[in-house]
Amino acid sequence: MIAAKAQRLVVLDANKCVGCQLCMLACSSRLTHVGPAKSHLLIRSAGGIERGFVVVVCRACQDPPCARVCPTGALSPLPKGGVRLSSSKCIGCKNCVDACDIGAVLWDEELEKPLICIQCGYCVDFCPYGVLGVEAL
Amino acid sequence: MSWVKEISKVLYVDLSKKTFWVESREDLFSKWLGGIGVAVQLYKEEVPKGADPLGPENAIVLAVGPLTAVFPMASKTISVFKSPLTGTMAESHAGGRAPAAIRFAGLGAIVIKGASERPVYLVVEGERVRFRDAGTLWGMRSAETVGRVLREALPGAGLRTIMRIGRAGERLVRYANVIIETYRHFGRMGLGAVFGSKKLKALVVIGRRSSKVPKIREYREAYAEILEVARGAATKKYHELGTAANVLPLNKLGALPTRNFLSGRFEGAESISGERLLESLSRRLSCVGCPVACIHLAAIREQYEDEKYFYKVENVPYDYELLYALGSNLGVSDTVGVLKLIKVVEEEGMDAISAGVALAWATEALERGLITKEHTIVELKWGDWQAYSKSLHYIVEQPNDFYKVLALGVREAASRYGGEEFALHYNGLEPAGYHTGPLYHLSLAIGGRHSHLDAGAYGMDEGLASAKARVPEPEEAVRLIASEESWRQVLNSLAVCLFGRRVYGPGAVTKALRSLGYELGEKELEELGKSIYLERHTVKLSEGFRPEDVKIPRRVLETPTPLGFVTEEYLRRGIQHFAETIRKQGR
Ligand code: SF4
Ligand code: SF4
Ligand code: SF4
Repeated sequence: MIAAKAQRLVVLDANKCVGCQLCMLACSSRLTHVGPAKSHLLIRSAGGIERGFVVVVCRACQDPPCARVCPTGALSPLPKGGVRLSSSKCIGCKNCVDACDIGAVLWDEELEKPLICIQCGYCVDFCPYGVLGVEAL
Repeated sequence: MSWVKEISKVLYVDLSKKTFWVESREDLFSKWLGGIGVAVQLYKEEVPKGADPLGPENAIVLAVGPLTAVFPMASKTISVFKSPLTGTMAESHAGGRAPAAIRFAGLGAIVIKGASERPVYLVVEGERVRFRDAGTLWGMRSAETVGRVLREALPGAGLRTIMRIGRAGERLVRYANVIIETYRHFGRMGLGAVFGSKKLKALVVIGRRSSKVPKIREYREAYAEILEVARGAATKKYHELGTAANVLPLNKLGALPTRNFLSGRFEGAESISGERLLESLSRRLSCVGCPVACIHLAAIREQYEDEKYFYKVENVPYDYELLYALGSNLGVSDTVGVLKLIKVVEEEGMDAISAGVALAWATEALERGLITKEHTIVELKWGDWQAYSKSLHYIVEQPNDFYKVLALGVREAASRYGGEEFALHYNGLEPAGYHTGPLYHLSLAIGGRHSHLDAGAYGMDEGLASAKARVPEPEEAVRLIASEESWRQVLNSLAVCLFGRRVYGPGAVTKALRSLGYELGEKELEELGKSIYLERHTVKLSEGFRPEDVKIPRRVLETPTPLGFVTEEYLRRGIQHFAETIRKQGR
């Protein structure tokens, strides 16, 4: 399921997030392995859930730092922002994880590869509270 | 890999030897699904007859089920252990992130046995366990602080659960609870004291894995259907005002226990209602995998006495049972007062229902002169929440003999100081807040865990009251209760939230299971529910529990319900019938 249009995921209002992680489960279920741990976005508490949640999604940067630090060229920047992962080139060094200041490069513990969001927006429809949206690039 | 194989790993931890190992228990997960079904079997294997609930021979079993974290509202972890309050096998359920973390650590259950000689906490990551020293955390005044420290010290944010006890658990208050993610609990029957007796301060589980779904298309379809129902009328009440929505209707019905069940109506109900609390509502939260977000937090803003331009804002979770136990049942109608009492039990880590009922008994015992202020230290008076607040801390600190006994539960307190006729408990467990009628009270006497959730029989009473229908004979009532309790064993084995009981009818359950490769029909599920029901009750009988010995608090018979007075004869006949039936079936 590759996004057809040039679009990116946006957080409309993190304050409404209840931490249900339905978005994470939905993301993982696009493929064959289900589980929030295989999601390309992450919902975590903002230092204790009484303070609400941090909704960590890839911003589809124009000049993506993750791609710049990749030693093998496994991450290629897209013309309008964001990156694509070419899994066969990736050696699992985790440079990209460290390079992303917002922590949006998540890690697949089973495959030892990064989880790179493809901005498809599948998760958006699963959020019961309208926290997530997509916008055209 | 089959789904059963996928979910059937059991992690065993021995706190005495500081060892751990993982076993695949497909035998159990294929026969008993998961959750309560499997947990009861693990309990049978691990806990010897005559075990001291607070001795190293007791074991803590935590289990999740086949739907956990992959279907909406499949968001409960089932704990089973021997209760220090009732002395028999006990059960308590909790949500938060625990089920998803356990499941995606790759586990179906965790068994913790033995006892550590010094305070420890455990970090489970996948199949690996680290034993960490808890010397710094032990004795901390607030369980919230413990959570904060662990949150900052450990990895896995968003994919982990942090279960911990407060001081109440450390000091073996028999109704201490285990707090999860700050606002969820293994609330009832004293799991916190069992943690404390094992010197286990906290259990952190980090789940970073995933599972291959056998029939992904069928799965997505079943998931979408169930999600739609879960977001609709079936859960509307929990989604909107939350369980606090019960306060006003129960009060109107005359079923809201007030001042130690002296009345079913509370003149201050309005100010502790879900509607009123809306004014302080600050945040909504959900368990992982659940769209409902029934968890409601209220903010209290408080001025410092010494610095009048300084304020602190605190968030307090509220639910119906807490508003009854620390509100109406103590005569507390001050909105902020109730919230502050909730805050205290949250910090200390104890069950609000048991603590509230114990204080209600103490208030009445003081009024009647069975005890004096020497015992209670503070003057306990209906509605005086400041006094109750101090008293709650005393239950934990146990500055005198009286509080040492009160920490053992209302049964022990009344047998020592008198007032058994107004000590509210069934087999040692203090009741939740429904004085709806005979079916409810019968269900507390004969339920597997003596809990309102065993069969939700308050709902049956309410139904009878609103239909103005005849109350069934006790034998028929036992049948109705047993049948509901049996079906709930299926739900508790899948480990779905009971607030989703109208979402997961037999049709939805079979559909969900089919997409994961199970071939279980509705009839087979029903049979399974009955078998688990029987297993639970047979274990209790083998531990020496005699239904006939359950005392009926006189108070229950003296205060009218919406269905009139409950009679001793009705309850006795029901208990007798239950005892005969269960013994016959168990043979
Ligand atoms: S982990 Fe893979 S994608 Fe990320 S920087 Fe290293 S090689 Fe590139
Ligand atoms: S689905 Fe929406 S509310 Fe739930 S965790 Fe994701 S962003 Fe938050
Ligand atoms: S209904 Fe409430 S308790 Fe049940 S799973 Fe949802 S948020 Fe958790």
